[in-house]
Amino acid sequence: MRKFKDGETITVEPWRSRAFPVIKDLMVDRGAYDKIMQAGGFVSVNTGGVPDANAIPIPKPVADEAMDAASCIGCGACAAACKNGSAMLFVSAKVSQLALLPQGKIEAAARAKAMVAKMDELGFGNCTNTGACAAECPKSVSLANIARLNREFLSAKFKD
Amino acid sequence: MAKKEEIMEAAKETAKKVATKVAQKAVDVAEAALDAAAEVVKEATTPIITPEMAKIPAGPLELKWTNYKNHQKLVNPANKRRLDVIVVGTGLAGASAAASLAEMGFNVLNFCIQDSPRRAHSIAAQGGINAAKNYQNDGDSVYRLYYDTIKGGDYRAREANVYRLAEVSNNIIDQCVAQGVPFAREYGGLLDNRSFGGAQVSRTFYAKGQTGQQLLLGAYSALSRQIGKGKVKMYTRYEMLDIVLVADENGEKRARGIIARNLVTGRIERFFAHAVVVGSGGYGNTFFLSTNAMASNGSAAMQMYRHGALFANPCYAQIHPTCIPKHGDFQSKLTLMSESLRNDGRIWVPKKLEDAKRLQAGEIKGRDIPEEDRDYYLERRYPAFGNLVPRDVASRAAKERCDKGYGVNNTGLAVFLDFSDAIQRLGKDVVAQKYGNLFQMYEKIVDENPYENPMMIFPAIHYTMGGIWVDYELQTTVKGLFCIGEANFSDHGANRLGASALMQGLADGYFVLPYTIQNYLSDQIGVPRMSTDLPEFAEAEKAVQDKIDKLMAIQGKRSVDSIHKELGLIMWDFVGMGRTAEGLKEGIKKIDAIKKEFWTNVYIPGEANSLNNELEKALRLADFIEIGRLMAVDALHREESCGGHFREEYQTPEGEALRQDDKFAYVGCWKYMGEDAEPQLIKEPLDYEFTERKTRNYKN
Repeated sequence: MRKFKDGETITVEPWRSRAFPVIKDLMVDRGAYDKIMQAGGFVSVNTGGVPDANAIPIPKPVADEAMDAASCIGCGACAAACKNGSAMLFVSAKVSQLALLPQGKIEAAARAKAMVAKMDELGFGNCTNTGACAAECPKSVSLANIARLNREFLSAKFKD
Repeated sequence: MAKKEEIMEAAKETAKKVATKVAQKAVDVAEAALDAAAEVVKEATTPIITPEMAKIPAGPLELKWTNYKNHQKLVNPANKRRLDVIVVGTGLAGASAAASLAEMGFNVLNFCIQDSPRRAHSIAAQGGINAAKNYQNDGDSVYRLYYDTIKGGDYRAREANVYRLAEVSNNIIDQCVAQGVPFAREYGGLLDNRSFGGAQVSRTFYAKGQTGQQLLLGAYSALSRQIGKGKVKMYTRYEMLDIVLVADENGEKRARGIIARNLVTGRIERFFAHAVVVGSGGYGNTFFLSTNAMASNGSAAMQMYRHGALFANPCYAQIHPTCIPKHGDFQSKLTLMSESLRNDGRIWVPKKLEDAKRLQAGEIKGRDIPEEDRDYYLERRYPAFGNLVPRDVASRAAKERCDKGYGVNNTGLAVFLDFSDAIQRLGKDVVAQKYGNLFQMYEKIVDENPYENPMMIFPAIHYTMGGIWVDYELQTTVKGLFCIGEANFSDHGANRLGASALMQGLADGYFVLPYTIQNYLSDQIGVPRMSTDLPEFAEAEKAVQDKIDKLMAIQGKRSVDSIHKELGLIMWDFVGMGRTAEGLKEGIKKIDAIKKEFWTNVYIPGEANSLNNELEKALRLADFIEIGRLMAVDALHREESCGGHFREEYQTPEGEALRQDDKFAYVGCWKYMGEDAEPQLIKEPLDYEFTERKTRNYKN
């Protein structure tokens, strides 16, 4: 805000995306993102009975890349900035994080398919690689994640 | 003759004086005796909570939890399906508990006030999470983590609970890694650690400066999986407004449900469950300005308290030393800079008062002051721990310097946190890799580059160690009502060490409650699901509705926030970092006046039966006022300094906290006695069996 001059106009509007209905004023319902996560944004482990944390060594560059993808805060700016209302950056961040890590690799194919299917079902648009999402992302989640999602998704489909 | 008379007169006068003096002395003695007698009577009539009542298992410290698990009652899988559990809150404690309970087979109803479970305030934790893995081979062990935690808490926590916490800390790291939490790693692929305040080993696991976020997303993903499976029914944007108790066949009241308000429609709804678990966080926002999220509140705790749960140690609030200083009157929250910054940052103020004055006037910047004119006061006062002393110690030291006039910003209420040494030693890139996102955050808020000019920081309210009293099973004094995470009082004593909040939240949710709740639920398998049409539910709903109607009808002249700000200032001035008996009494009077002002002059626009943020805030403020008073009452009664509670009357000549172990080595629990009645004190003595109480020494 300190970069604005006195008298300048600031336009404020609610997130604009079909899948985020407005509740009131600037409030929108971003529950669609939760639903995508519920479709597959996890590693299927129960509490307890897991191996020692250092039993799964992960190369630092891989861990760092997963961390960058994981820094997504699920704010919805990507879908709101996209002219197609696509949630690809959000979905790809989670798919990437878990596909990169050995813990998540086991379910990677099923996850990519389930999350993309849910995303489509909830009315998010398709990705046309305009990159508006990454430009607006407050956590600098990179477009490379979308490429990885496409790769994961395609290879999962080929396996079918 | 005249002389004789004079002598007589003088003698009479003297006799009178002596007699008065003697009489006065007798009165004094009698009064003192009466006082002492009253004290004895009070002492004798103060109810005591015994270890048996707190359900602390027998046996040596390291076997208590194992013994408990070996002998507790379990619920078989077929019966788990027939039992419902309400979990309020989706932070680290709530989400991990809800997910774990659902995985085990219970039906879970999970509530949160945010628009998504992932927005709970745990997300904001930056620095890390402790565990006794000893991956660094620096001599760490479960016992050492236990000892550091109980010492850091100034020996005011329960031994058995703290040991259990240290014990399960390792399971937490394993669990989170299995979930895909991207903890920082070494080049060899193994996990990296950093050190935190109050410890001499590196045992803190971290994920950049977003550890809380990554851990919460781990718990959230486990929760999401169970929501997807239908084992958890998730209610977002719902605020619990009351707990419903129903008496069993023996007349004992048990928690059987909640009344919650749908924050979007304003509708008040009823929910039943066989047990209620509350993980609603702390009450730091009583101070208005804190590092807590705007929505964090203490209302759930107050509802439990009003139904007979005890409020334990309300005066133990943590003031975090490294927050971005307040910059204006319209500010609504404060931002924390992670304690991990103290690993490499050095804290200082100018040695010369005139330099401080020029900094305050904005004539010079921190980097303009030469090395020899800087006072690294933490390194000076505490050579052994230096910049990594516990939070309470670091906060008081900052206040001491600023009170003396050495503050470094325009308000005189800030100290420097300087990275120039670390940048020289490690290079800018390494520093950026470790703390990059924190530096970026600082620059965004303050508009100053911390790589070039030292950061400015000041203490702010951050965490509340006090909370609802729970026994070893995390059950409150109300049957079937459990309390987990920051909302309970159990593990941190009078002061919490850094990176221990995440540990406690997840310990409670993943590894403690899912066990202990079964000990309660195993008796409940014969209890059928109850209708929410029962009179108990109807009455509770009516009470909630009446309270809302009363608030809406006031239509006074002041906004909720303006009253809350006033309360916050009183709390900071009278119940803040340095407390005195006189100040606390004054504070209580002022809080009572605020309460009156609130209930006669608050203005809530809009309608109750729709989305209404002001009404939400007003309901929370009504409870903050009560909590604020309770904090002051507790602080007044605790005539000692320990951890986050510093009474100026009780300090050593060097200004360090002075505990009174012979009088106050107990948990101060407060029982609700009615809306305008004074609460009753109940004590849980902390008779240590395994640990020797020492003066906390971070000097050598």
